[in-house]
Amino acid sequence: MVEAPNKAPATPKKEAPIEPGLQVAPGPHLSSAGLTTQRLMVDVLIALVPVMSMALFLFRWFAVLQVGICVVSCLTVEAITSLWRGTRPSLQDTSAIVTGVILGLSLPWSAPWHVGVVASAVAIGFGKAVFGGLGQNIFNPAMVGRGFVMISFASSLGATAYVRSGATLEILTQATPLTAAKELSGNVPGLWALFVGNANGSLGETSVLACLVGGLYLCLRRSAVWQTPVSMITSAAVVAGIANLLMPESPLTVLQHLTSGALVFSAFFIATDPVTSPLTERGQVIFGAGLGALVVIIRLFSNYPEGVVFAVLLMNAVVPMINRVTIPKPLGGLPARA
Amino acid sequence: MPVPEPTPLERFLNGILPENPVYRQLLGLCPTLAVTAAMKPAMTMVGATAFVLICANLITSLIRHLLKPHLRILVFTLTIATFVTIADRTLAAFAYPMSKLLGPYVPLIIVNCMIISRCEVCSSKQSPKTALADAVGVSLGFLLALASVATVREILGNGSWFGIQLVPESFPTLILMILPPGAFLALGSLLGLATWLGHRRKARASEPHAGSA
Repeated sequence: MVEAPNKAPATPKKEAPIEPGLQVAPGPHLSSAGLTTQRLMVDVLIALVPVMSMALFLFRWFAVLQVGICVVSCLTVEAITSLWRGTRPSLQDTSAIVTGVILGLSLPWSAPWHVGVVASAVAIGFGKAVFGGLGQNIFNPAMVGRGFVMISFASSLGATAYVRSGATLEILTQATPLTAAKELSGNVPGLWALFVGNANGSLGETSVLACLVGGLYLCLRRSAVWQTPVSMITSAAVVAGIANLLMPESPLTVLQHLTSGALVFSAFFIATDPVTSPLTERGQVIFGAGLGALVVIIRLFSNYPEGVVFAVLLMNAVVPMINRVTIPKPLGGLPARA
Repeated sequence: MPVPEPTPLERFLNGILPENPVYRQLLGLCPTLAVTAAMKPAMTMVGATAFVLICANLITSLIRHLLKPHLRILVFTLTIATFVTIADRTLAAFAYPMSKLLGPYVPLIIVNCMIISRCEVCSSKQSPKTALADAVGVSLGFLLALASVATVREILGNGSWFGIQLVPESFPTLILMILPPGAFLALGSLLGLATWLGHRRKARASEPHAGSA
C-alpha cells in the first residue's frame, strides 16, 4: 500500500500554524453551504456556454468533437491517476471537465484527435496529479497540456488552419489574425470581425463578445475575481500602446491586439483559476498586469504568434512570490513586515 | 568502526540497484538530463564515464596509502581529470561527430559527482579488487539509468531506438520529449516509478517477516 504523503496538507498553507484560520478581510463575513468547488466549476461551465455556442456556430461539429475528446480524456486520466494515488476519484467536483473544456477550446479544430488526448493526459497527469491533485498544482493544468502539445505537435497546431464558417462546401482558407500579423501578410481581419469572432483561431478564442458575456457572468457570480481580467487587459493595452508608439510600423493596433488571439478568453477563464492565481486582491492585480504585458511582449518579440500559454505558465511560477509580497496587513495590527 | 569489510561482490551488486547512482543517490544528473535525447549519445556517455570511473577508482585505490587527508580531493580531481582528458581526446580522434554532438559534456565528466563520491567513499579506503568491483557496479547502474531515460525519450520523441525507426515516419511523436523539458519529465517520471517500486518491494518484504533488509 502506498501512503500518499501529499494528501495531508489539504488545508490552506499559510495561516494554519499560528492562529485558528484567521482571515482578515473587510466584512460582512458570510459563509454558505452552497459555496463549494463544484458550484464554482459549474459556474465556469455555464459561463463557457456562450463561448462554446460561438465555437459550434463557427466550426460546427469539429468543435464538439475536439472538446468532447478533451473532456473524455481528462475524465479518464483523472480517474486513473486518482485510483493510482489511492484516493477516491474526485470526478464529481467537475474540475476535470472544466480543464477538458478549456483545453478543448484552446485547441484549433484542425488538430488531430491524438493532440487532444495527449494534451489532456499531460494536463491532468503532469499538470495536476503529480502535484497531489486539485488545489495543489502550481501551474494551470490546461495550459500545461496546451504547452506540451504546442511544442510537440507544432505543425498540427500551426496557424495554417482553415475556417469552416459554413457547411462543408464553404471552406475558408485563412491564417489566424496573429499569424497574419506575424508574417506581415497584412490580412488581419477588421475589428468587428475580430470582436464578434468571425475569424480563424482556436475554438474558444475567436469571439471576444462571447468571452465577455461569459466572463461577465463569472465575475457577477463572484466565481471569478474581476481584478485579474481587468488588469490583464489594461496592461496588455498599455504595453501594446507603448509598442505602437515605439514601432509605428507594427501590423497590429492596440484594439486589434486586444481582440485577436486568446487574450480575452484567457483573461476570464484561464487567469482566474483560483488554484494557480494569487490569494490577495493586490496580488491578483499584479498577476494580471504581468500576464497582459507578457502576452503582448511574446507576441511582438518571439517566434510564436500567440503568447498566452507561456505567459500563463511563467506568471503561475511567480504566484508564490506575489503571495509573499502582498500579505495583507492585519486589521489594527502592525504591518506584516517592516 | 565495527562495520565489516564489504566484499567485492557486495560492492558490485550494490552499485547496480540498491545504490543506483542516478535513481538512489541522485548523482550524475547533469549527463542524465543533457545527453539522453537518443540512445547513441547516451551510450557513448556511459562508455566514457565508465572508463573514467573504473580507471580513477583503480588508481586512487592503488595510491590510497599515500593520500594525505588535506590533499585527497586535489589528488582525486587530478586523477579524474587525467582520464577525462584521455577519454575526450580519444573520442575526438576516433568518433569526431559523436564528440561534436556531446560537446562540453565529455569534459564535464570531471565534475560528475558520482565519480568523485566513489573515490572518496570507496576506492580511497578499499583494496583495488573491491574498488574495481565497485566501479563496475556503479557504471552498470549508470548505464541502466541513462539507458532507461534515453529509451523513453528516444521512443516517445523520435519513434526510434538506437537510431532504428520503430514506428512509421508519419506517426506523431512527442517532439518535446527530445527537447530539454522532456529530459526533466522523463527523469522525474522514472524517478517516481523507481521510488514507488522500491517502496512497494520494501512493504512486501516487511509484511511476512520483519527484519531482513
